[in-house]
Amino acid sequence: MNDHIKKILSNVQDPEVPVLSVIDLGIVRDAVETDEGIEVVITPTYTGCPAMDVISAQIRMELLAHGYRSVTVKTVLSPAWTTDWMTEEGKQKLKAYGIAPPLHSQQVCATERFSDEVIQCPLCSSFHTHQVSNFGSTACKALYQCDDCKEPFDYFKCH
Amino acid sequence: MNMNVDYIMHLADSALILGHRNSEWCGHGPVLEQDIAITNISLDLIGQARNFYQYAAGLHNDGSTEDSLAYLRDVREFRNLLLVEQPNGDWAHTILRQFFISNFQYELYRWLAAQEDEQLAAICNKALKEVTYHLRWSSEWVIRLGDGTEESKQRMLSAIDDLWTFTGELFTRAPFEPVDPAIFSQNYQQRITEIFTEARLPIPTGVYFQQGGKTGLHSEHLGFILAEMQFMQRAYPGSAW
Repeated sequence: MNDHIKKILSNVQDPEVPVLSVIDLGIVRDAVETDEGIEVVITPTYTGCPAMDVISAQIRMELLAHGYRSVTVKTVLSPAWTTDWMTEEGKQKLKAYGIAPPLHSQQVCATERFSDEVIQCPLCSSFHTHQVSNFGSTACKALYQCDDCKEPFDYFKCH
Repeated sequence: MNMNVDYIMHLADSALILGHRNSEWCGHGPVLEQDIAITNISLDLIGQARNFYQYAAGLHNDGSTEDSLAYLRDVREFRNLLLVEQPNGDWAHTILRQFFISNFQYELYRWLAAQEDEQLAAICNKALKEVTYHLRWSSEWVIRLGDGTEESKQRMLSAIDDLWTFTGELFTRAPFEPVDPAIFSQNYQQRITEIFTEARLPIPTGVYFQQGGKTGLHSEHLGFILAEMQFMQRAYPGSAW
């Protein structure tokens, strides 16, 4: 994917986490220009993520608005998306927005029961936090609360 | 190499019906966080069902779509497991049903993710990440309820009594299955022993099992589920959002 297309697609926001672009999320896998038009390849974060249809439509709109014709958006499942594909910039944006960014998946994507991940509070930066629920407001988040500043917050869980 | 389309439909139907069952908790969960949890699991399962149905629709190649497959087939055409259509009951029943299924799906999807059917492998590899999370969540709840209060323990015992008889079907091979699911039973049983021991629950020993879901012979519950789930498409054919 060339820098020009990347720049255009950086304007397309995730409708459920509007500080992240589809580039930040790492869900745009490729964009191929041919004589006939352009094909963008995306992959879903979670299988049932309801935002994918909106994201596809917005990618189309954005490219059409920049003069591209015959825009197709293809969804592929393999290789499966991982939070490790989220950009460093994306993680910083999440934190500034009040959502704890995902830890590296090798550290924490474990199946052990009752294992609490040490998540830093995005508001006061304390590591003194606890999990309220391993599911949150969207499929990609878990609920935490800070034991120091007492604020509840979302954690974009590793996947 | 593609697998038998009836097998893909069986995977799709089981994911859809369990997703629908779990979605019945929406707004009725015991606490807000767990209401959100069970409906998130529902969303994952319905998403997996969509992927299986889309794949099956392509293989059918007769104009069927994910929607027609989900909304326009009747009870006898559904190939889901009997376990997933059982009523939600109380929280213990819902948790135990999820634990049995996630435990099984974890083994099954790991196997399918390594097979030569590329599209099915991709769907299962993706779903596996979600199933792993469901397995962890439901295991924790089995332990929490089994080793909780006297009442929560009684409710778990009652759920085991009601649901165990539907678990044998998981390991009974249907003609469309690419592998004898009995190969998954050792890891499945081992996990039950591990979790139930930690939960201070007795390991079920019943040997009479209900069969029929894989061949379209369902319990009375599936008709009621479909009546509700398919109502809009039956009443207003072709309606769209």
